[in-house]
Amino acid sequence: MKAFTYERAQSAEAAVKAATATPAAKFIAGGTNLLDLMKLEIEQPQHLIDVGRLPMAAVEDTADGGLKIGAMASNSHAAADPRVRQRYPLLSEAIVAGGSPQLRNKASVGGNLMQRTRCAYFYDTSKPCNKRQPGAGCAALEGLNRNAAIFGASHACIATHPSDMAVALAALDARVETLSPTGQARSFPILELHRLPAERPEMDTHLVPGELITAVVLPPPPKGAQVYRKVRDRASYAGGLASIAVAGPNVALGMVAHKPWRAVDAEAALAAGATPAEAMARELDGASSAGRNDFKIALVARLGAAALAEAKGERT
Amino acid sequence: MSSVHDWEAPNPVKTNRSGLIGKAVDRYEGPLKVTGTAPYAYEVEPPSPAAYGVLVTSTVARGRIVAADTAAAEAAPGVLLVWTPFTVPAQAERPAVTDFWSASADPALEDDRVRYFGQAVGLVVADTLENATAAAKLVAFSYEQEPAQLVFDQHLGEARDPPGESDVRVGDFEAAFAAAPVTLEGTWKTPLQNHCQMEPCATTAWWEGDKLTVHTSVQMVRRTQQGLALTLQIPKENVRLLTRYIGGGFGGKGSSYEDLTLAALAARALDRPVKIALTRQQMMTVTIHRPATVMDVKLGATPDGRLTAMSLITTTHCNRRGTFTEHASNFARSLYAAPNRLTGHRLVKLDLPHAGAMRAPGEASGMLSLEVAMDELAEKLGMDPIQLRILNEPEVDPETGKPFSIRQLVRCMKEGAQLFGWDRRLPTPGQVRDGRWLVGFGMAAAIRGNFLLPARCSFFVDAEGVITVRQGMTDIGTGTYTVLAQIAAETLGVPLGAVRVEIGDSELPPAPGSGGQFGAATAGSAALDAGMNLRKAIAELAVADAGSPLFGGRPDQVTFQDGVVAIENRSERLGDLIRRAAPDGLTAQGEIRPAADARNWSQHTYGAHFCEVGVDPVTGETRMRRMLGVFAAGRILNWKTARSQLTGGMIWGVASALTEGNAIDPRYGSLINQDLASYLVPVQADIGELDAIMLDEVDDKANPMGIKGVGELGISGAGAAVANAIYNACGVRVRDYPITPDKLLAGLMAKGM
Amino acid sequence: MRTTITVNGQARALDLDPRTTLLDALREHLRLTGAKKGCDHGQCGACTVLVNGVRINSCLSLAVMHDGDEVTSIEGLGTTEALHPVQRAFLTEDAFQCGYCTPGQICSTVGMLAELEAAIPSQETPRGAKPALTDAEIRERMSGNICRCSAYPQIVAAIKSAAEAMA
Repeated sequence: MKAFTYERAQSAEAAVKAATATPAAKFIAGGTNLLDLMKLEIEQPQHLIDVGRLPMAAVEDTADGGLKIGAMASNSHAAADPRVRQRYPLLSEAIVAGGSPQLRNKASVGGNLMQRTRCAYFYDTSKPCNKRQPGAGCAALEGLNRNAAIFGASHACIATHPSDMAVALAALDARVETLSPTGQARSFPILELHRLPAERPEMDTHLVPGELITAVVLPPPPKGAQVYRKVRDRASYAGGLASIAVAGPNVALGMVAHKPWRAVDAEAALAAGATPAEAMARELDGASSAGRNDFKIALVARLGAAALAEAKGERT
Repeated sequence: MSSVHDWEAPNPVKTNRSGLIGKAVDRYEGPLKVTGTAPYAYEVEPPSPAAYGVLVTSTVARGRIVAADTAAAEAAPGVLLVWTPFTVPAQAERPAVTDFWSASADPALEDDRVRYFGQAVGLVVADTLENATAAAKLVAFSYEQEPAQLVFDQHLGEARDPPGESDVRVGDFEAAFAAAPVTLEGTWKTPLQNHCQMEPCATTAWWEGDKLTVHTSVQMVRRTQQGLALTLQIPKENVRLLTRYIGGGFGGKGSSYEDLTLAALAARALDRPVKIALTRQQMMTVTIHRPATVMDVKLGATPDGRLTAMSLITTTHCNRRGTFTEHASNFARSLYAAPNRLTGHRLVKLDLPHAGAMRAPGEASGMLSLEVAMDELAEKLGMDPIQLRILNEPEVDPETGKPFSIRQLVRCMKEGAQLFGWDRRLPTPGQVRDGRWLVGFGMAAAIRGNFLLPARCSFFVDAEGVITVRQGMTDIGTGTYTVLAQIAAETLGVPLGAVRVEIGDSELPPAPGSGGQFGAATAGSAALDAGMNLRKAIAELAVADAGSPLFGGRPDQVTFQDGVVAIENRSERLGDLIRRAAPDGLTAQGEIRPAADARNWSQHTYGAHFCEVGVDPVTGETRMRRMLGVFAAGRILNWKTARSQLTGGMIWGVASALTEGNAIDPRYGSLINQDLASYLVPVQADIGELDAIMLDEVDDKANPMGIKGVGELGISGAGAAVANAIYNACGVRVRDYPITPDKLLAGLMAKGM
Repeated sequence: MRTTITVNGQARALDLDPRTTLLDALREHLRLTGAKKGCDHGQCGACTVLVNGVRINSCLSLAVMHDGDEVTSIEGLGTTEALHPVQRAFLTEDAFQCGYCTPGQICSTVGMLAELEAAIPSQETPRGAKPALTDAEIRERMSGNICRCSAYPQIVAAIKSAAEAMA
């Protein structure tokens, strides 16, 4: 790890102020992804602002019948909240599909959204990676890219976003609340948080430097069944090959793109009366593979059809 | 030289009068391990605070280091020392030819050559771990790269017979295979695998004058200690090597690595203790791995299922400078009867990290081919796989014609079948569904050789009647401490609480260490001999001591029970005798050597694996639901530790079938899986209900106790049972391990599923 | 940086490099080497300790983030003379071999049993149900602790017997 200074933020306002005042500063909450990356010097912050103890860990009902989950709530806490389990079982199940209990106890909800790709070439600092070092090139393009993106990849980057939780949030039409460096609060749909890589894969999100996620807000759950399915190489404690979140009419896919992938074509097809398999086929018209990840297209088609059928079954 | 017949006499382990042998005794060192107070090599407290060393590794696969820029690292906070091949202190040269069983110099950072990606090329030592870790990243090497041979599959054509080896032929395989009415032919592939011991290799070293003390994590004490002395060019009596607690070995710590040599050198240079641990990432390349294999199997049979021809040829790889060969065909030489046989190995030299021994080298890979081929042949013949194996059970070793010392493979299969419920298996795949899972059963045989090596041991009895076992042996989780304590207690007739075990120290009587499932038999036999000699010494002491109630009796009539020595109704406590007659205690030495005629028998351990898996035909995911192994491996010393060895091995087999493997990036020569998030060893959730059963057995040709090893038997064949169960579940065969969802999915789709 | 952490009931004042992880603070500064370093990246669980009663990977946390926290490591659970029920069960069921992952497994077990009490779900928990101490739940909930010796069946047995003993 490169040397850094550390402070514990006393308030969200002070945190964002410190983030702009100090060069190369980063927020740390749970630290489960940031420290992993700092040890490899993939992340090299010069200053850490610990926001983990800010009073933003509560899960609260909202006026419209939704739920607001504080960004500092641990993943475990969010998954265990009785309201989450009852009204958004998809979210609870997606959270507990990720990491391990120890990681979920430490990782925050905000940090979960900010976690970075698990692409092997991003992690191997001896390899070119545009996400790590803009302009260096992408070793994954011609590499062992079994787990690369099948949607929205670019010539600069074929990495995927690893979060399970974010896939559920995408299907639930969640919104993200932030505090900007100027002290301004804003709120936007989760689908506007993460970016596609295009030519700037070093940027994972649309947040401005120093902007802090303060909460995730769930609207009332959509009508219809909720299903989360994840496929991975080991039964637990492993990143996914693909996942799907179904929430009523909404469908989102995970580990297939640089961001949680809302399957809008599949949704439209379903709304028009398509079968689950037809809907997935429609969505996958837009998919492309990088060489070693061809199977993910077939996998997503089959997993998606099975999950959508399961959701349908629950409705009847 | 001795004969196996010398071992026929009764001894306390055989008669087991105190009933300690075979018992489920808790681990001797268990209380320390469950309380976190067993110090592993990096945790030993040196006489003064240690400095921290961190290795730097190469980022090219082959070439020459032309320059090393260490200025930034040397200027970094807290840095005490930076070494590269250009600045490392002089060490002995590496001999041109080395032999695994003899100590040889192993110089670190020995020259400017890079022989594989991730080779240790530098060392940084600093006052704190944080400073050393950060400074290590600042050492910059310039390389002159050379073309490297990296992709095994692309170099199969360059495969040659391993040095000094040639194919073994019996009969006329080619003619018999060509004439066979039923044939089965296939190629199976296994990937490179990493040991992933939980404890990364580590060393703490310090000097007192010209005497070096190293605590390190290795499986072999004496060879490592002598090798270090040779490397450092100092007398071997000046090196004391200790390895008291070892966080897993599995063959990977059969060798030592740069942490050992460099910690010793840096501690000398800095005149203070130095400790070095490899990072998890470095473990993948700095240490050895199990090499990939390509295995060609050919079976010829009569329509009624008798094998007429059998061939297994394995091609594998090692580093350009190495000679290690994964002998994946060897086991097939003794497994099934077939009059015409061909087995052998081919070796490809690559610019990859060093290949070496990993749990059941040979069998672990090899049985993943032949034991699946047998399953496929059984299907072709319309036979039950167990029936096919029973039909081809040999009377004598099918290659050498030697008698088996004892062979209970058929009993393992039959008892296993019954306990597992094999009769519920439907021979046609894809017939059983449980929710989203297709369920199938599979089985496979297990065979693994048994070995005995030379070893010594000493026993000491003190004035309290406490027996101390001393041996330069290791316990890598196998249960050495515990079984030595049991042998001592049983031999001297004392309670387990009156036994101390001291191992893992080069100053103790030498034993070969842990590996090849020879540990318990080898170390234990030397211990038994020491115990017998101590018995004799105590008996002689008692009958010659006028103060003893046993005075004047015959030494051979002295009995040892419950801490009491007696001749009929005359008795006294062992401690009372020693305190009075030999207040400084008594020591006896023991020794075991392989019997001259031991190899007149074909000697193995056997087993049968039964497995139930679920396959999700939608996603290609497999879950091991239930598994049973039934084993015959001589007399069992400790039910608990032996069972744990076997179940642990079985789980390794499950992993080799389902998740484990590494791949090389052909452009760089680096491994794609560099940590435990990407190299997938099983987690708790991968393992369903799983158990191992040990049959009663005594192998009187093995050693004086009739015991054999179990550490590698459990993995042998286990993965094949999983693969066969997958086929039975869903009708897909994947011959390229591991059977991951992507590969299974391709097979399912090809079948229109 | 000055940091005070209560470790196994004792307040310990430390002056630490901010880079020092909680794991290295325990091992290298407080000489509590029970928590192990298996991967240093949260991928094995050998470093598991309890912070304010909750199990975490101590390798993925900076010590300075724990100023004022209460940390329980394996050394705080029991001693060879007075084993914690989970430690005793691991010994009796032979739920370890090399012992390197064991302190993490045991701390994880203690944390896991508390999580079950607190009804924190896992992916094995049926929707809407309170989690129960089933084999499937134990296996899933202990999957953050790798045991390369693969004592997994024995670990499940140990946890069940410990839970019974503690009930």
